[in-house]
Amino acid sequence: MKRLSLFNVVSLTIGFTFLYLPIVLLVIYSFNAGRSVAVWGGWSTKWYGSVFENQQLLDAAWITLKVGVLSASVATILGTMAAIALARHGRFHGRTLFSAMVYAPLVMPEVITGLSLLLLFVALNIDRGFWTIVLSHITFTMCFVAVVVQSRLSSFDRSIEEAALDLGCTPFMTFFRITLPIILPAVISAWMLAFTLSLDDLVIASFTTGPGATTLPMKIYSDVRLGVKPEINAICSLMVAVVTIAVIIASVLTKHQEVERERAERLAANAP
Amino acid sequence: MAKTPQTQNRRWIVTAVPYLWMVIFFLVPFFIVLKISFSNSEIAQPPYSPVFDFIVDGWDEMLDKLASLTTDNYLRLIQDSIYSSSYLSSLWIAGSSTVMMLFIAYPIAYGMARAPKSWRPTLVMMVILPFWTSFLIRVYAWIAILSEEGLLNSALTWLGVIDEPIQILSTNTAVYIGILYSYLPFMVLPLYSNLEKMDDSLIEAAKDLGCTQIGAFWRVTFPLSLPGVIAGCFLVFIPAVGEFVIPDLLGGSDTIMIGKTMWEEFFNNRDWPAASGVAIALLIILMIPIMIFQTNEARQQEAGR
Repeated sequence: MKRLSLFNVVSLTIGFTFLYLPIVLLVIYSFNAGRSVAVWGGWSTKWYGSVFENQQLLDAAWITLKVGVLSASVATILGTMAAIALARHGRFHGRTLFSAMVYAPLVMPEVITGLSLLLLFVALNIDRGFWTIVLSHITFTMCFVAVVVQSRLSSFDRSIEEAALDLGCTPFMTFFRITLPIILPAVISAWMLAFTLSLDDLVIASFTTGPGATTLPMKIYSDVRLGVKPEINAICSLMVAVVTIAVIIASVLTKHQEVERERAERLAANAP
Repeated sequence: MAKTPQTQNRRWIVTAVPYLWMVIFFLVPFFIVLKISFSNSEIAQPPYSPVFDFIVDGWDEMLDKLASLTTDNYLRLIQDSIYSSSYLSSLWIAGSSTVMMLFIAYPIAYGMARAPKSWRPTLVMMVILPFWTSFLIRVYAWIAILSEEGLLNSALTWLGVIDEPIQILSTNTAVYIGILYSYLPFMVLPLYSNLEKMDDSLIEAAKDLGCTQIGAFWRVTFPLSLPGVIAGCFLVFIPAVGEFVIPDLLGGSDTIMIGKTMWEEFFNNRDWPAASGVAIALLIILMIPIMIFQTNEARQQEAGR
Protein backbone atom coordinates (compact mmCIF):
# COMPACT_ATOMS: atom_id res chain seq x y z
CA MET A 1 0.00 0.00 0.00
CA LYS A 2 1.34 3.38 -1.01
CA ARG A 3 1.46 6.03 1.66
CA LEU A 4 2.02 9.72 1.31
CA SER A 5 5.19 10.72 3.08
CA LEU A 6 5.67 14.12 4.66
CA PHE A 7 7.80 15.06 1.65
CA ASN A 8 4.93 14.22 -0.71
CA VAL A 9 2.45 16.28 1.29
CA VAL A 10 4.76 19.28 1.47
CA SER A 11 5.58 19.22 -2.25
CA LEU A 12 1.91 18.89 -3.19
CA THR A 13 0.96 21.78 -0.88
CA ILE A 14 3.68 24.08 -2.18
CA GLY A 15 2.97 23.10 -5.78
CA PHE A 16 -0.74 23.79 -5.60
CA THR A 17 -0.21 27.02 -3.68
CA PHE A 18 2.13 28.19 -6.43
CA LEU A 19 -0.45 27.24 -9.07
CA TYR A 20 -3.44 28.87 -7.42
CA LEU A 21 -2.22 31.83 -5.39
CA PRO A 22 -1.79 34.25 -8.33
CA ILE A 23 -5.26 33.49 -9.66
CA VAL A 24 -6.84 33.79 -6.21
CA LEU A 25 -5.11 37.15 -5.66
CA LEU A 26 -6.30 38.34 -9.06
CA VAL A 27 -9.90 37.48 -8.21
CA ILE A 28 -9.69 39.06 -4.74
CA TYR A 29 -8.23 42.29 -6.11
CA SER A 30 -10.95 42.52 -8.75
CA PHE A 31 -13.23 43.41 -5.80
CA ASN A 32 -10.87 46.14 -4.62
CA ALA A 33 -12.59 49.51 -4.35
CA GLY A 34 -9.33 51.41 -4.86
CA ARG A 35 -7.56 51.89 -8.18
CA SER A 36 -4.30 50.44 -6.90
CA VAL A 37 -3.38 46.83 -7.55
CA ALA A 38 -1.67 46.37 -4.18
CA VAL A 39 -3.37 48.66 -1.67
CA TRP A 40 -6.65 47.34 -0.39
CA GLY A 41 -9.37 49.98 -0.44
CA GLY A 42 -12.37 47.98 0.69
CA TRP A 43 -14.80 45.66 -1.10
CA SER A 44 -16.59 46.83 -4.18
CA THR A 45 -18.13 45.39 -7.32
CA LYS A 46 -17.89 48.63 -9.26
CA TRP A 47 -15.27 47.29 -11.70
CA TYR A 48 -17.67 44.58 -12.76
CA GLY A 49 -20.20 47.31 -13.47
CA SER A 50 -17.72 49.19 -15.63
CA VAL A 51 -16.90 45.99 -17.57
CA PHE A 52 -20.52 45.71 -18.59
CA GLU A 53 -20.60 49.35 -19.67
CA ASN A 54 -17.48 48.98 -21.81
CA GLN A 55 -18.91 48.29 -25.28
CA GLN A 56 -15.49 47.56 -26.84
CA LEU A 57 -14.82 44.84 -24.27
CA LEU A 58 -18.26 43.32 -24.76
CA ASP A 59 -17.87 43.30 -28.55
CA ALA A 60 -14.48 41.65 -28.24
CA ALA A 61 -15.92 39.06 -25.86
CA TRP A 62 -18.76 38.27 -28.28
CA ILE A 63 -16.35 37.81 -31.22
CA THR A 64 -14.09 35.60 -29.09
CA LEU A 65 -17.02 33.44 -28.08
CA LYS A 66 -18.20 33.01 -31.68
CA VAL A 67 -14.69 32.16 -32.87
CA GLY A 68 -14.32 29.68 -30.00
CA VAL A 69 -17.59 27.80 -30.60
CA LEU A 70 -17.17 27.64 -34.38
CA SER A 71 -13.52 26.65 -34.43
CA ALA A 72 -13.82 24.16 -31.55
CA SER A 73 -16.74 22.41 -33.28
CA VAL A 74 -15.02 22.03 -36.63
CA ALA A 75 -11.71 21.15 -34.95
CA THR A 76 -13.44 18.43 -32.93
CA ILE A 77 -14.82 16.81 -36.09
CA LEU A 78 -11.53 17.06 -38.02
CA GLY A 79 -9.42 16.08 -35.01
CA THR A 80 -11.59 13.04 -34.27
CA MET A 81 -11.24 11.96 -37.90
CA ALA A 82 -7.48 12.38 -37.65
CA ALA A 83 -7.44 10.36 -34.42
CA ILE A 84 -9.39 7.53 -36.06
CA ALA A 85 -7.04 7.58 -39.04
CA LEU A 86 -4.02 7.32 -36.74
CA ALA A 87 -5.44 4.78 -34.31
CA ARG A 88 -7.40 2.52 -36.66
CA HIS A 89 -6.19 2.74 -40.21
CA GLY A 90 -2.89 1.00 -39.68
CA ARG A 91 -0.08 1.88 -42.04
CA PHE A 92 -1.47 3.95 -44.86
CA HIS A 93 0.47 5.83 -47.46
CA GLY A 94 1.95 9.02 -46.03
CA ARG A 95 1.25 8.12 -42.41
CA THR A 96 4.59 9.42 -41.16
CA LEU A 97 3.98 12.84 -42.64
CA PHE A 98 0.43 12.83 -41.29
CA SER A 99 1.40 12.00 -37.72
CA ALA A 100 4.19 14.57 -37.92
CA MET A 101 1.67 17.21 -39.00
CA VAL A 102 -0.62 16.21 -36.13
CA TYR A 103 2.04 16.29 -33.40
CA ALA A 104 4.15 19.24 -34.56
CA PRO A 105 1.59 22.01 -33.86
CA LEU A 106 1.45 20.88 -30.21
CA VAL A 107 4.90 22.30 -29.64
CA MET A 108 5.18 24.75 -32.54
CA PRO A 109 5.90 28.27 -31.27
CA GLU A 110 2.78 30.34 -31.82
CA VAL A 111 4.68 33.13 -33.55
CA ILE A 112 5.63 30.71 -36.34
CA THR A 113 2.14 29.26 -36.74
CA GLY A 114 0.66 32.76 -36.76
CA LEU A 115 3.10 34.17 -39.29
CA SER A 116 2.83 31.19 -41.63
CA LEU A 117 -0.97 31.27 -41.65
CA LEU A 118 -1.01 35.01 -42.26
CA LEU A 119 1.32 34.63 -45.23
CA LEU A 120 -0.92 31.86 -46.58
CA PHE A 121 -3.97 34.14 -46.38
CA VAL A 122 -2.06 36.97 -48.05
CA ALA A 123 -0.82 34.64 -50.80
CA LEU A 124 -4.37 33.37 -51.41
CA ASN A 125 -5.66 36.95 -51.32
CA ILE A 126 -8.24 36.18 -48.63
CA ASP A 127 -9.64 39.19 -46.74
CA ARG A 128 -8.43 38.91 -43.19
CA GLY A 129 -10.81 39.14 -40.26
CA PHE A 130 -13.22 36.92 -38.37
CA TRP A 131 -13.06 33.92 -40.71
CA THR A 132 -9.29 33.83 -41.00
CA ILE A 133 -9.08 33.66 -37.19
CA VAL A 134 -11.58 30.79 -37.24
CA LEU A 135 -9.58 28.89 -39.88
CA SER A 136 -6.34 29.39 -37.94
CA HIS A 137 -7.88 28.27 -34.67
CA ILE A 138 -9.33 25.15 -36.29
CA THR A 139 -5.87 24.29 -37.57
CA PHE A 140 -3.95 24.54 -34.33
CA THR A 141 -6.66 23.18 -32.00
CA MET A 142 -7.54 20.10 -34.09
CA CYS A 143 -4.16 18.63 -33.23
CA PHE A 144 -4.92 18.79 -29.52
CA VAL A 145 -8.29 17.15 -30.23
CA ALA A 146 -6.58 14.40 -32.23
CA VAL A 147 -4.16 13.62 -29.39
CA VAL A 148 -6.88 13.52 -26.70
CA VAL A 149 -9.23 11.33 -28.77
CA GLN A 150 -6.46 9.07 -30.01
CA SER A 151 -5.35 8.22 -26.50
CA ARG A 152 -8.93 7.16 -25.68
CA LEU A 153 -9.22 5.15 -28.92
CA SER A 154 -6.03 3.23 -28.29
CA SER A 155 -7.18 2.22 -24.80
CA PHE A 156 -10.47 0.56 -25.63
CA ASP A 157 -11.47 -2.93 -26.50
CA ARG A 158 -11.56 -3.21 -30.28
CA SER A 159 -13.38 -6.54 -30.21
CA ILE A 160 -16.66 -4.66 -29.62
CA GLU A 161 -16.16 -2.82 -32.89
CA GLU A 162 -15.24 -6.04 -34.66
CA ALA A 163 -18.33 -7.73 -33.24
CA ALA A 164 -20.55 -4.96 -34.61
CA LEU A 165 -18.92 -5.30 -38.03
CA ASP A 166 -19.37 -9.07 -37.94
CA LEU A 167 -23.03 -8.64 -37.07
CA GLY A 168 -23.53 -6.65 -40.25
CA CYS A 169 -23.04 -3.03 -39.21
CA THR A 170 -21.41 -0.82 -41.79
CA PRO A 171 -18.24 0.91 -40.56
CA PHE A 172 -20.25 4.14 -40.61
CA MET A 173 -22.96 2.72 -38.32
CA THR A 174 -20.38 1.03 -36.13
CA PHE A 175 -18.78 4.38 -35.52
CA PHE A 176 -22.00 6.12 -34.52
CA ARG A 177 -23.46 3.25 -32.52
CA ILE A 178 -20.42 1.76 -30.84
CA THR A 179 -17.28 3.86 -31.11
CA LEU A 180 -18.68 7.35 -30.63
CA PRO A 181 -20.70 6.59 -27.47
CA ILE A 182 -17.60 5.05 -25.90
CA ILE A 183 -15.20 7.83 -26.81
CA LEU A 184 -17.79 10.58 -26.19
CA PRO A 185 -16.30 11.79 -22.88
CA ALA A 186 -12.93 12.20 -24.61
CA VAL A 187 -14.58 13.98 -27.54
CA ILE A 188 -16.39 16.35 -25.17
CA SER A 189 -13.26 17.19 -23.24
CA ALA A 190 -11.40 17.62 -26.53
CA TRP A 191 -14.04 20.14 -27.61
CA MET A 192 -13.63 21.97 -24.31
CA LEU A 193 -9.87 21.99 -24.73
CA ALA A 194 -10.16 23.35 -28.28
CA PHE A 195 -12.64 25.96 -27.09
CA THR A 196 -10.48 27.23 -24.25
CA LEU A 197 -7.35 27.22 -26.42
CA SER A 198 -9.23 29.38 -28.88
CA LEU A 199 -10.51 31.74 -26.14
CA ASP A 200 -6.98 32.00 -24.88
CA ASP A 201 -5.06 32.67 -28.04
CA LEU A 202 -3.44 36.06 -28.47
CA VAL A 203 -0.52 35.47 -30.81
CA ILE A 204 -2.11 33.55 -33.68
CA ALA A 205 -5.21 35.78 -33.65
CA SER A 206 -3.04 38.93 -33.72
CA PHE A 207 -1.28 37.70 -36.84
CA THR A 208 -4.35 36.48 -38.73
CA THR A 209 -6.88 39.13 -37.83
CA GLY A 210 -8.03 42.00 -39.97
CA PRO A 211 -9.97 45.20 -39.47
CA GLY A 212 -12.96 44.91 -37.18
CA ALA A 213 -12.10 41.57 -35.62
CA THR A 214 -10.55 42.20 -32.20
CA THR A 215 -10.72 39.26 -29.86
CA LEU A 216 -10.83 39.57 -26.08
CA PRO A 217 -7.18 38.51 -25.54
CA MET A 218 -6.10 41.14 -28.08
CA LYS A 219 -8.14 43.78 -26.27
CA ILE A 220 -6.82 42.70 -22.85
CA TYR A 221 -3.26 42.67 -24.18
CA SER A 222 -3.46 46.20 -25.54
CA ASP A 223 -5.01 47.40 -22.26
CA VAL A 224 -2.38 45.60 -20.15
CA ARG A 225 0.39 47.26 -22.13
CA LEU A 226 -1.03 50.59 -21.01
CA GLY A 227 -0.89 49.52 -17.37
CA VAL A 228 -2.72 47.36 -14.86
CA LYS A 229 -6.34 48.41 -14.55
CA PRO A 230 -8.95 47.06 -12.14
CA GLU A 231 -11.39 46.50 -15.02
CA ILE A 232 -8.96 43.98 -16.47
CA ASN A 233 -8.94 42.17 -13.13
CA ALA A 234 -12.72 42.05 -13.28
CA ILE A 235 -12.95 40.74 -16.86
CA CYS A 236 -10.20 38.19 -16.13
CA SER A 237 -12.03 37.01 -13.01
CA LEU A 238 -15.20 36.61 -15.06
CA MET A 239 -13.30 34.47 -17.58
CA VAL A 240 -11.82 32.38 -14.78
CA ALA A 241 -15.31 31.87 -13.35
CA VAL A 242 -16.78 30.83 -16.71
CA VAL A 243 -13.99 28.35 -17.40
CA THR A 244 -14.08 26.91 -13.87
CA ILE A 245 -17.84 26.35 -14.02
CA ALA A 246 -17.59 24.79 -17.50
CA VAL A 247 -14.80 22.44 -16.43
CA ILE A 248 -16.67 21.39 -13.29
CA ILE A 249 -19.85 20.71 -15.28
CA ALA A 250 -17.89 18.71 -17.85
CA SER A 251 -16.15 16.63 -15.20
CA VAL A 252 -19.45 15.91 -13.42
CA LEU A 253 -21.01 14.90 -16.76
CA THR A 254 -18.18 12.56 -17.72
CA LYS A 255 -18.09 11.12 -14.21
CA HIS A 256 -21.82 10.45 -14.43
CA GLN A 257 -21.31 8.77 -17.79
CA GLU A 258 -18.46 6.63 -16.48
CA VAL A 259 -20.65 5.47 -13.60
CA GLU A 260 -23.48 4.63 -16.01
CA ARG A 261 -21.10 2.74 -18.26
CA GLU A 262 -19.64 0.76 -15.39
CA ARG A 263 -23.11 -0.19 -14.25
CA ALA A 264 -24.02 -1.29 -17.78
CA GLU A 265 -20.84 -3.33 -17.99
CA ARG A 266 -21.58 -5.02 -14.66
CA LEU A 267 -25.11 -5.82 -15.81
CA ALA A 268 -23.78 -7.24 -19.04
CA ALA A 269 -21.22 -9.35 -17.19
CA ASN A 270 -23.88 -10.77 -14.85
CA ALA A 271 -26.33 -11.53 -17.61
CA PRO A 272 -26.91 -15.26 -18.03
CA MET B 1 -16.42 -9.25 -43.25
CA ALA B 2 -15.71 -8.64 -46.89
CA LYS B 3 -15.14 -4.96 -47.46
CA THR B 4 -17.14 -3.53 -50.29
CA PRO B 5 -15.42 -0.90 -52.43
CA GLN B 6 -17.86 1.65 -51.01
CA THR B 7 -16.79 1.15 -47.39
CA GLN B 8 -13.17 1.30 -48.48
CA ASN B 9 -13.98 4.68 -49.99
CA ARG B 10 -15.47 5.99 -46.79
CA ARG B 11 -12.46 4.89 -44.79
CA TRP B 12 -10.29 6.78 -47.21
CA ILE B 13 -12.31 9.98 -46.62
CA VAL B 14 -11.78 9.84 -42.84
CA THR B 15 -8.03 10.11 -43.43
CA ALA B 16 -8.15 12.39 -46.44
CA VAL B 17 -10.14 15.28 -45.01
CA PRO B 18 -7.92 16.07 -42.00
CA TYR B 19 -4.84 15.19 -44.06
CA LEU B 20 -5.74 17.68 -46.75
CA TRP B 21 -6.60 20.32 -44.16
CA MET B 22 -3.21 19.98 -42.49
CA VAL B 23 -1.41 20.06 -45.83
CA ILE B 24 -3.17 23.29 -46.83
CA PHE B 25 -3.07 25.08 -43.48
CA PHE B 26 0.10 23.69 -41.93
CA LEU B 27 2.52 22.37 -44.54
CA VAL B 28 1.97 24.76 -47.45
CA PRO B 29 2.27 27.89 -45.25
CA PHE B 30 5.81 26.83 -44.30
CA PHE B 31 6.84 26.83 -47.92
CA ILE B 32 5.32 30.28 -48.30
CA VAL B 33 7.29 31.48 -45.26
CA LEU B 34 10.40 29.93 -46.79
CA LYS B 35 9.78 31.71 -50.11
CA ILE B 36 9.13 35.08 -48.47
CA SER B 37 12.26 34.74 -46.36
CA PHE B 38 14.14 35.02 -49.67
CA SER B 39 12.17 38.07 -50.80
CA ASN B 40 12.93 41.78 -50.61
CA SER B 41 11.14 44.07 -48.22
CA GLU B 42 9.00 46.68 -49.99
CA ILE B 43 6.75 49.52 -48.93
CA ALA B 44 3.77 48.09 -50.75
CA GLN B 45 0.79 45.85 -50.30
CA PRO B 46 1.84 43.06 -49.66
CA PRO B 47 5.12 44.42 -48.25
CA TYR B 48 7.49 42.12 -50.13
CA SER B 49 8.62 41.44 -53.67
CA PRO B 50 8.57 39.56 -55.96
CA VAL B 51 4.95 38.44 -55.84
CA PHE B 52 4.46 35.34 -57.94
CA ASP B 53 1.28 35.03 -59.93
CA PHE B 54 1.15 31.62 -61.52
CA ILE B 55 -1.79 32.47 -63.77
CA VAL B 56 -0.76 35.85 -65.17
CA ASP B 57 3.03 35.46 -65.24
CA GLY B 58 4.71 34.18 -68.36
CA TRP B 59 7.74 31.89 -68.25
CA ASP B 60 10.30 34.69 -68.65
CA GLU B 61 8.66 36.84 -66.05
CA MET B 62 8.76 33.88 -63.69
CA LEU B 63 12.50 33.45 -64.23
CA ASP B 64 13.10 37.17 -63.67
CA LYS B 65 11.25 37.01 -60.42
CA LEU B 66 13.14 33.90 -59.34
CA ALA B 67 16.41 35.72 -60.06
CA SER B 68 15.39 38.62 -57.84
CA LEU B 69 15.13 36.37 -54.78
CA THR B 70 17.81 37.15 -52.25
CA THR B 71 19.62 35.65 -49.29
CA ASP B 72 20.02 39.09 -47.68
CA ASN B 73 17.66 38.26 -44.85
CA TYR B 74 19.80 35.31 -43.83
CA LEU B 75 23.02 37.29 -44.14
CA ARG B 76 21.49 39.84 -41.80
CA LEU B 77 20.61 37.09 -39.34
CA ILE B 78 24.29 36.20 -39.14
CA GLN B 79 25.73 39.72 -39.27
CA ASP B 80 23.35 41.62 -37.00
CA SER B 81 24.15 40.63 -33.42
CA ILE B 82 20.60 41.34 -32.24
CA TYR B 83 19.48 38.10 -33.90
CA SER B 84 22.22 35.81 -32.68
CA SER B 85 21.93 37.15 -29.13
CA SER B 86 18.14 36.69 -29.31
CA TYR B 87 18.54 33.07 -30.33
CA LEU B 88 21.18 32.38 -27.70
CA SER B 89 19.30 34.07 -24.88
CA SER B 90 16.05 32.30 -25.88
CA LEU B 91 17.77 28.93 -25.83
CA TRP B 92 19.44 29.75 -22.52
CA ILE B 93 16.26 31.01 -20.83
CA ALA B 94 14.18 28.11 -22.16
CA GLY B 95 16.84 25.53 -21.30
CA SER B 96 17.52 26.69 -17.77
CA SER B 97 13.84 27.11 -16.97
CA THR B 98 13.21 23.56 -18.26
CA VAL B 99 15.82 22.21 -15.83
CA MET B 100 14.38 24.24 -12.94
CA MET B 101 10.92 23.06 -13.92
CA LEU B 102 11.99 19.42 -13.70
CA PHE B 103 13.09 19.97 -10.10
CA ILE B 104 9.79 21.67 -9.23
CA ALA B 105 7.47 19.38 -11.15
CA TYR B 106 8.95 15.99 -10.27
CA PRO B 107 8.11 16.15 -6.54
CA ILE B 108 4.59 17.31 -7.39
CA ALA B 109 4.02 14.55 -9.94
CA TYR B 110 5.57 12.00 -7.57
CA GLY B 111 3.30 13.13 -4.74
CA MET B 112 0.28 12.88 -7.04
CA ALA B 113 1.19 9.39 -8.16
CA ARG B 114 1.55 8.25 -4.54
CA ALA B 115 -1.70 9.84 -3.38
CA PRO B 116 -4.64 7.52 -2.63
CA LYS B 117 -6.29 6.33 -5.83
CA SER B 118 -9.55 8.11 -5.11
CA TRP B 119 -7.82 11.49 -4.86
CA ARG B 120 -5.89 11.23 -8.09
CA PRO B 121 -8.54 12.35 -10.60
CA THR B 122 -9.16 15.43 -8.44
CA LEU B 123 -5.45 16.19 -8.22
CA VAL B 124 -5.05 15.85 -12.00
CA MET B 125 -8.06 18.12 -12.41
CA MET B 126 -6.47 20.67 -10.08
CA VAL B 127 -3.28 20.71 -12.15
CA ILE B 128 -5.21 21.11 -15.40
CA LEU B 129 -7.67 23.75 -14.18
CA PRO B 130 -5.24 26.72 -14.20
CA PHE B 131 -4.16 25.57 -17.66
CA TRP B 132 -7.74 26.06 -18.84
CA THR B 133 -7.83 29.61 -17.59
CA SER B 134 -6.26 31.98 -20.04
CA PHE B 135 -2.52 32.04 -20.47
CA LEU B 136 -2.67 35.81 -20.80
CA ILE B 137 -4.58 36.11 -17.52
CA ARG B 138 -2.03 33.97 -15.71
CA VAL B 139 0.82 36.11 -16.97
CA TYR B 140 -1.14 39.25 -16.18
CA ALA B 141 -1.74 38.05 -12.60
CA TRP B 142 2.03 38.10 -12.04
CA ILE B 143 2.33 41.74 -13.09
CA ALA B 144 0.27 42.77 -10.07
CA ILE B 145 2.37 40.54 -7.82
CA LEU B 146 5.84 41.43 -9.08
CA SER B 147 5.56 45.15 -9.83
CA GLU B 148 7.37 47.67 -7.66
CA GLU B 149 4.28 48.61 -5.66
CA GLY B 150 3.02 45.05 -6.10
CA LEU B 151 1.94 42.43 -3.60
CA LEU B 152 5.29 40.67 -3.26
CA ASN B 153 7.18 43.86 -2.51
CA SER B 154 4.48 44.97 -0.04
CA ALA B 155 4.61 41.60 1.69
CA LEU B 156 8.41 41.58 1.89
CA THR B 157 8.49 45.16 3.20
CA TRP B 158 5.83 44.34 5.78
CA LEU B 159 7.80 41.30 6.91
CA GLY B 160 10.89 43.48 7.21
CA VAL B 161 12.93 41.44 4.72
CA ILE B 162 13.60 44.46 2.53
CA ASP B 163 13.66 48.19 3.27
CA GLU B 164 12.69 49.46 -0.13
CA PRO B 165 10.98 47.79 -3.08
CA ILE B 166 13.20 45.67 -5.31
CA GLN B 167 12.67 45.56 -9.02
CA ILE B 168 11.49 42.16 -10.17
CA LEU B 169 9.07 43.03 -12.95
CA SER B 170 10.81 43.92 -16.22
CA THR B 171 13.79 41.70 -15.41
CA ASN B 172 14.76 38.23 -16.55
CA THR B 173 13.81 36.89 -13.11
CA ALA B 174 10.20 37.78 -13.86
CA VAL B 175 10.47 35.97 -17.21
CA TYR B 176 11.73 32.84 -15.43
CA ILE B 177 8.89 33.02 -12.91
CA GLY B 178 6.41 33.48 -15.76
CA ILE B 179 7.69 30.47 -17.70
CA LEU B 180 7.88 28.24 -14.62
CA TYR B 181 4.36 29.18 -13.68
CA SER B 182 2.73 28.97 -17.10
CA TYR B 183 4.31 25.72 -18.24
CA LEU B 184 4.18 23.78 -14.96
CA PRO B 185 1.21 21.58 -16.00
CA PHE B 186 3.06 20.58 -19.20
CA MET B 187 5.80 19.06 -17.09
CA VAL B 188 3.69 17.65 -14.24
CA LEU B 189 1.17 15.77 -16.39
CA PRO B 190 3.51 13.63 -18.54
CA LEU B 191 5.58 12.84 -15.45
CA TYR B 192 2.49 11.92 -13.48
CA SER B 193 1.01 9.68 -16.17
CA ASN B 194 4.32 7.87 -16.34
CA LEU B 195 4.87 7.56 -12.58
CA GLU B 196 1.29 6.49 -11.99
CA LYS B 197 1.64 3.42 -14.21
CA MET B 198 4.81 2.31 -12.46
CA ASP B 199 4.74 -1.08 -10.81
CA ASP B 200 5.33 -0.68 -7.06
CA SER B 201 6.66 -4.19 -6.70
CA LEU B 202 9.82 -3.12 -8.55
CA ILE B 203 10.61 -0.64 -5.77
CA GLU B 204 9.74 -3.23 -3.14
CA ALA B 205 12.10 -5.63 -4.86
CA ALA B 206 14.89 -3.03 -4.94
CA LYS B 207 14.41 -2.40 -1.26
CA ASP B 208 14.36 -6.12 -0.45
CA LEU B 209 17.64 -6.42 -2.28
CA GLY B 210 19.16 -3.80 -0.02
CA CYS B 211 18.54 -0.48 -1.73
CA THR B 212 17.79 2.51 0.42
CA GLN B 213 14.70 4.59 -0.29
CA ILE B 214 16.77 7.16 -2.20
CA GLY B 215 18.82 4.50 -3.94
CA ALA B 216 15.66 2.77 -5.14
CA PHE B 217 14.40 6.07 -6.47
CA TRP B 218 17.57 6.80 -8.47
CA ARG B 219 18.09 3.27 -9.69
CA VAL B 220 14.51 2.21 -10.42
CA THR B 221 11.91 4.98 -10.37
CA PHE B 222 13.82 7.72 -12.17
CA PRO B 223 15.22 5.64 -15.07
CA LEU B 224 11.77 4.14 -15.66
CA SER B 225 10.19 7.59 -15.73
CA LEU B 226 12.56 8.85 -18.44
CA PRO B 227 9.97 8.82 -21.29
CA GLY B 228 7.82 11.10 -19.12
CA VAL B 229 10.82 13.29 -18.35
CA ILE B 230 11.64 13.59 -22.07
CA ALA B 231 8.04 14.38 -23.02
CA GLY B 232 7.74 16.98 -20.26
CA CYS B 233 11.08 18.65 -21.00
CA PHE B 234 10.33 19.08 -24.67
CA LEU B 235 6.75 20.20 -24.06
CA VAL B 236 8.24 22.99 -21.96
CA PHE B 237 11.45 23.73 -23.85
CA ILE B 238 10.19 23.99 -27.43
CA PRO B 239 7.32 26.46 -26.91
CA ALA B 240 9.37 28.40 -24.33
CA VAL B 241 12.09 29.12 -26.92
CA GLY B 242 9.57 30.89 -29.14
CA GLU B 243 7.63 32.47 -26.28
CA PHE B 244 6.36 35.98 -26.92
CA VAL B 245 3.79 36.98 -24.29
CA ILE B 246 5.94 36.28 -21.22
CA PRO B 247 9.09 38.21 -22.25
CA ASP B 248 6.93 41.00 -23.64
CA LEU B 249 4.78 41.55 -20.56
CA LEU B 250 7.08 40.45 -17.72
CA GLY B 251 10.51 41.10 -19.20
CA GLY B 252 12.27 44.41 -19.57
CA SER B 253 13.77 46.14 -22.57
CA ASP B 254 16.97 44.14 -22.07
CA THR B 255 15.10 40.83 -22.19
CA ILE B 256 15.59 39.72 -25.74
CA MET B 257 13.94 36.54 -26.87
CA ILE B 258 13.50 35.43 -30.43
CA GLY B 259 9.68 35.38 -30.36
CA LYS B 260 9.69 39.00 -29.26
CA THR B 261 12.31 39.99 -31.88
CA MET B 262 10.23 38.38 -34.60
CA TRP B 263 7.03 40.02 -33.38
CA GLU B 264 8.71 43.45 -33.43
CA GLU B 265 10.19 42.81 -36.86
CA PHE B 266 6.74 41.97 -38.12
CA PHE B 267 4.41 44.40 -36.34
CA ASN B 268 6.67 47.38 -35.62
CA ASN B 269 9.07 47.35 -38.58
CA ARG B 270 6.60 45.71 -40.98
CA ASP B 271 9.53 43.79 -42.44
CA TRP B 272 7.84 40.56 -43.45
CA PRO B 273 10.80 38.96 -45.23
CA ALA B 274 13.04 39.52 -42.17
CA ALA B 275 10.38 38.09 -39.85
CA SER B 276 10.09 35.05 -42.17
CA GLY B 277 13.84 34.57 -42.09
CA VAL B 278 13.81 34.66 -38.28
CA ALA B 279 10.96 32.12 -38.27
CA ILE B 280 12.75 29.72 -40.63
CA ALA B 281 15.96 29.91 -38.61
CA LEU B 282 14.00 29.27 -35.40
CA LEU B 283 12.32 26.30 -37.01
CA ILE B 284 15.67 24.86 -38.06
CA ILE B 285 16.98 25.26 -34.50
CA LEU B 286 13.90 23.56 -33.08
CA MET B 287 13.84 20.78 -35.69
CA ILE B 288 15.98 18.38 -33.67
CA PRO B 289 14.10 18.82 -30.35
CA ILE B 290 10.77 18.52 -32.21
CA MET B 291 11.89 15.29 -33.86
CA ILE B 292 13.09 13.83 -30.56
CA PHE B 293 9.74 14.77 -29.02
CA GLN B 294 7.78 13.13 -31.84
CA THR B 295 9.78 9.93 -31.80
CA ASN B 296 9.30 9.72 -28.05
CA GLU B 297 5.53 10.29 -28.42
CA ALA B 298 5.19 7.74 -31.21
CA ARG B 299 7.09 5.17 -29.15
CA GLN B 300 4.86 5.85 -26.15
CA GLN B 301 1.75 5.48 -28.32
CA GLU B 302 2.96 2.16 -29.73
CA ALA B 303 3.82 0.92 -26.24
CA GLY B 304 0.39 1.96 -25.00
CA ARG B 305 -1.39 -0.30 -27.44
